[in-house]
Amino acid sequence: MENIKENIRIMNPADSKIPEGPVAEKWTNYKAHQKLVNPANKRRLDVIVVGTGLAGASAASTLAEMGFNVLNFCIQDSPRRAHSIAAQGGINAAKNYQNDGDSVYRLFYDTVKGGDYRAREANVYRLAEVSNNIIDQCVAQGVPFAREYGGLLANRSFGGAQVSRTFYAKGQTGQQLLLGAYSSLNRQIQAGKVKSYNRYEMHDVVLIKDKDGVERARGIIAKNLVTGKLERFAAHAVVIATGGYGNTYFLSTNAMGCNCSAAMACYRKGAYFANPAYVQIHPTCIPVHGDKQSKLTLMSESLRNDGRIWVPKKLEDAVKLQKGQIKGSDIPEEDRDYYLERRYPAFGNLVPRDVASRAAKERCDAGFGVNNTGLAVFLDFSEAINRLGIDVVRQRYGNLFDMYEEITDVNPGEFAREANGVNYYNPMMIFPAIHYTMGGIWVDYELQTSVKGLFAIGECNFSDHGANRLGASALMQGLADGYFVLPYTIQNYLSDQITVPRFTTDTPEFDAAEAKCQENLDRLMNIKGKRSVDSLHKELGHIMWEYVGMARDKEGLELALQKLKDIRETFNKDLFIPGTQDGMNIELDKAFRLNDFITMGELIAYDALNRNESCGGHFRTEYQTPEGEALRDDKDYFYVSCWDYAGSDSKAPTLIKEPLHYEAIKVQTRNYKS
Amino acid sequence: MEENIMKVNLKVWRQANPREKGGFVTYNDVETTPDTSFLETLDILNETLIEKGEEPIVFDHDCREGICGMCSLYINGHPHGPATGATTCQLYMRRFQNGETITVEPWRSAAFPVIKDLMVDRNAFDKIQQAGGYVSFNCGGAQDANDLPISKVNADEAMDSASCIGCGACVAACKNGSAMLFVSAKISQLALLPQGAVEKDRRVRAMVAKMDELGFGNCTNTGACSAECPKNIKLANIGRMNRQFIAAKCKE
Repeated sequence: MENIKENIRIMNPADSKIPEGPVAEKWTNYKAHQKLVNPANKRRLDVIVVGTGLAGASAASTLAEMGFNVLNFCIQDSPRRAHSIAAQGGINAAKNYQNDGDSVYRLFYDTVKGGDYRAREANVYRLAEVSNNIIDQCVAQGVPFAREYGGLLANRSFGGAQVSRTFYAKGQTGQQLLLGAYSSLNRQIQAGKVKSYNRYEMHDVVLIKDKDGVERARGIIAKNLVTGKLERFAAHAVVIATGGYGNTYFLSTNAMGCNCSAAMACYRKGAYFANPAYVQIHPTCIPVHGDKQSKLTLMSESLRNDGRIWVPKKLEDAVKLQKGQIKGSDIPEEDRDYYLERRYPAFGNLVPRDVASRAAKERCDAGFGVNNTGLAVFLDFSEAINRLGIDVVRQRYGNLFDMYEEITDVNPGEFAREANGVNYYNPMMIFPAIHYTMGGIWVDYELQTSVKGLFAIGECNFSDHGANRLGASALMQGLADGYFVLPYTIQNYLSDQITVPRFTTDTPEFDAAEAKCQENLDRLMNIKGKRSVDSLHKELGHIMWEYVGMARDKEGLELALQKLKDIRETFNKDLFIPGTQDGMNIELDKAFRLNDFITMGELIAYDALNRNESCGGHFRTEYQTPEGEALRDDKDYFYVSCWDYAGSDSKAPTLIKEPLHYEAIKVQTRNYKS
Repeated sequence: MEENIMKVNLKVWRQANPREKGGFVTYNDVETTPDTSFLETLDILNETLIEKGEEPIVFDHDCREGICGMCSLYINGHPHGPATGATTCQLYMRRFQNGETITVEPWRSAAFPVIKDLMVDRNAFDKIQQAGGYVSFNCGGAQDANDLPISKVNADEAMDSASCIGCGACVAACKNGSAMLFVSAKISQLALLPQGAVEKDRRVRAMVAKMDELGFGNCTNTGACSAECPKNIKLANIGRMNRQFIAAKCKE
């Protein structure tokens, strides 16, 4: 770490391009004064959008509707498969349809507080401001949100809020929102304004110097995953919408194909990577069952509206549960410890995710875990079923109950026993798992990275969630960026590019970039060792979860960095990829991604080691209150950590600090107790 | 954890690329457990193939929680295997017997050519959606969401139709290789909502024409599509599409 300390510098406040004025007027002011591109010029400008999730699809379709020509890429067989589709619970908006005191300010405040005061105020306010437009937009597209009998939209509650502001479509909100964006995208593909490239993976971003010597993003190198060939694509700007880096941990709720390679390619070309240590661990996932497991399944946060989380009060009961001698439903009400309700009376089971996850870990570490591994807690619906009846509960969560039963062979709605007039039902078992990454490519207020002409949107940027994201806010941010923010801000950049003619990919810069990508693929093929990609990825995941996971400390992080170095060495010496580069080679594609996951893992560890405080998803055991709550250090760490690539994967990156400035909100300790 | 080891024989379709002839290869005694998913069992087999220096079996998969629609596979004669209302990635080995031989094939349909092994090209589905599966509306001009009340009954029914994950099981299950369940699900979703009603005639004509053009077969009401659908998309959607189609054609 010594070399990092020597290199630290402070970012010029102007670099974040936050507009003047009070926080509530910044976005309005920005839109009033930004530069626009006229319709005739829009037709002459091309934009590459990599990714087709909520952010990518909404940006691609909206830019095309405006008149730009869009080239849109995804690694799946169709844009509709992007992992946004798996989001279950809902999307937040400050509509105040429930008349419960919600407002743009309150959504803004909850998001900043939920993010443990580590987000940029101006960005979050804008997010809250456009949240209402998103709901209008999606309804106009035909997204079938849940409704009341009167025909108006229904809402539910999510963690970190005391209002009901979450819109939902059964437990499939992400699917419906993504299919909405996909339908708009399809309309533009049909109109010839978007060219869609499926089963293509971005390998590099191509920078070209303009006449003033400024390097600008002018295209990408992408691999056609079916033919195995590298191809070149040019445009006036490049937008990255490729999601988060949760799969660095191997086991996560992310889809198998989710990866951080596009983000790492940008990072290696000079885009800062911000706050990588902020990784969200979701409290309600199905516990790990064995070493052959390939992924973890999330049980939606919406379950915490009616489900109550508990472990036994008595250690002997926990031991019996661990040995399989009794079942959860055998433990009577008075012997259950509803620890979230006990510790956080004001928010109860609806505390933010980081708080709920740590509380589960605390109970399991103390020996109260409820399954054979000791790494699980109960999520119980008995009270809700007794209060509402099984039919109502199934109507709300039936698809989640079915999903849980299919995986675990236990039906959480099933009657177990009756005692002293109380009906007991089978509880679910849950445990925290890697779910979302708040960190990402650094962007300014315009969502432009530190590389000119390169933009990052959705989960793959760092901008809005601070150190912890609230439930139902990922969908909101992805769509805010894609529908309502980027299509405006990118014009401020493109307006200066209207005289740049459409160019070919037959340039020395494209030659060099493609040659480098090819060299990397050749290198991977030629290692010819003995280890499969997955076996190495599991090893990486184990190190990350053990030392860079839910609880971190200096010693562990230093050890992790050493172990990651060893993994890289093993990878470089002993990797084996069967087959050839001709045609589809899934092992080669996985190896390409794993190479970047290792670099990403180091970046997370560097950042976690640097940040000597606990905040949101980043918990350092050295920095906690006597009650075990996160202990922030606003004096020394009230900044965004931006990591600048040092020219080689084996060198430690340089730290640049973007100081945070709060005008509207008073920074204080998060309190979910009262 | 005390895990019951079980062994299965996997009879898998292998095909190097679209041009070469494919065939079944049987892999005996693949070790797994009842709590392991079917795709994880394929992962286990692939690891052993890689150890032997052989190419792994290629199959489409991504979210592994039954929603992305990427996974496919014809398992023992059923799209997505023996479980009802579930995708292949949600299939667990407890559904099979110890020692059983499980036959695994790609989707079989002229409209879905094999890319490699068990992976097929479903681009035709995207093309049908592009022909008209949307509300023609530009971002930015929407009215307040609650200005358009929609009956809960219609909204719920539209939601059921919209649950289609576009996996292609309906086409694979159909003896005619018909895509009518898939196409009608989108048409129904938008037909049930006021936002989609304005251009319903144009939509149904365009989508049906594209479906025919791409070589999908017609419907003969066997209902296999709906029976095998992992999302239980109802056959009634096809009826609604046919009524809309006839009405639209009559207006021509």
